[in-house]
Amino acid sequence: MNHMTSTIRLQRETFDVAAEAKKLTQGRTDVGAVVTFTGICRGDENGEPIAALTLEHYPGMAEAEIARHVDEAFARWPLLGITVIHRFGRIAPGEDIMMVATASSHRQAAFAAAQFLMDYLKTRAPFWKQVEKASGTSWIEAKSSDDSAAERWSASPSRQDAAQ
Amino acid sequence: MKVRYFAWVRERVGREEEDIDPPSGVATVADLVAWLTQRGEGYAYAFENPKVIRAAIDKSHVRADAPITGASEVAFFPPMTGG
Repeated sequence: MNHMTSTIRLQRETFDVAAEAKKLTQGRTDVGAVVTFTGICRGDENGEPIAALTLEHYPGMAEAEIARHVDEAFARWPLLGITVIHRFGRIAPGEDIMMVATASSHRQAAFAAAQFLMDYLKTRAPFWKQVEKASGTSWIEAKSSDDSAAERWSASPSRQDAAQ
Repeated sequence: MKVRYFAWVRERVGREEEDIDPPSGVATVADLVAWLTQRGEGYAYAFENPKVIRAAIDKSHVRADAPITGASEVAFFPPMTGG
């Protein structure tokens, strides 16, 4: 079996996406594809400028939940590495919030796994965003479109993957 | 058992966590929500729309009908907005 690496980190500090992606290819020549996704704090929410996002999380469960989905991604696709880094605490517009990187021999698995992990992170990872605007601070509401996105991965895996 | 609250559930209840000892009739997560609701105004406000509340037992997502027997830690929180 090929050597699979997995990195899951929760932290306050920002991270270097390129450096983390590079780690997935270090010392090996079997990786032909690396896909990265970066979630970034935008400067507006519903048309109003925002001062900051604050992310609360459930320590212990956040890591465990991310790990469950990383394990599922490794089971569903021929991946050689996965990295998920998610910040918590106060985050300013323009700053990175989180990243997912996936590595595989060929691109299909890397793209599919990155999408899968993002759809699940949006709905099942225990983080909650609070937004600060001039008009006050409020909790962001979960979107039903995120639930629909996550649901599509519950279809039979072979049917899903064959369609890609 | 320990109960933890997050986000606006935590704000409405007015505490991050507490140790509780529910009576034996409280068997499921839904039962626990109902029992907590009658403990005070903050709880009633937090749980006023139970359908919106999510729960975890020992750091795993569970549904409202999940049994709480043997649970060390139950958590209540709103739908998640990570990612």
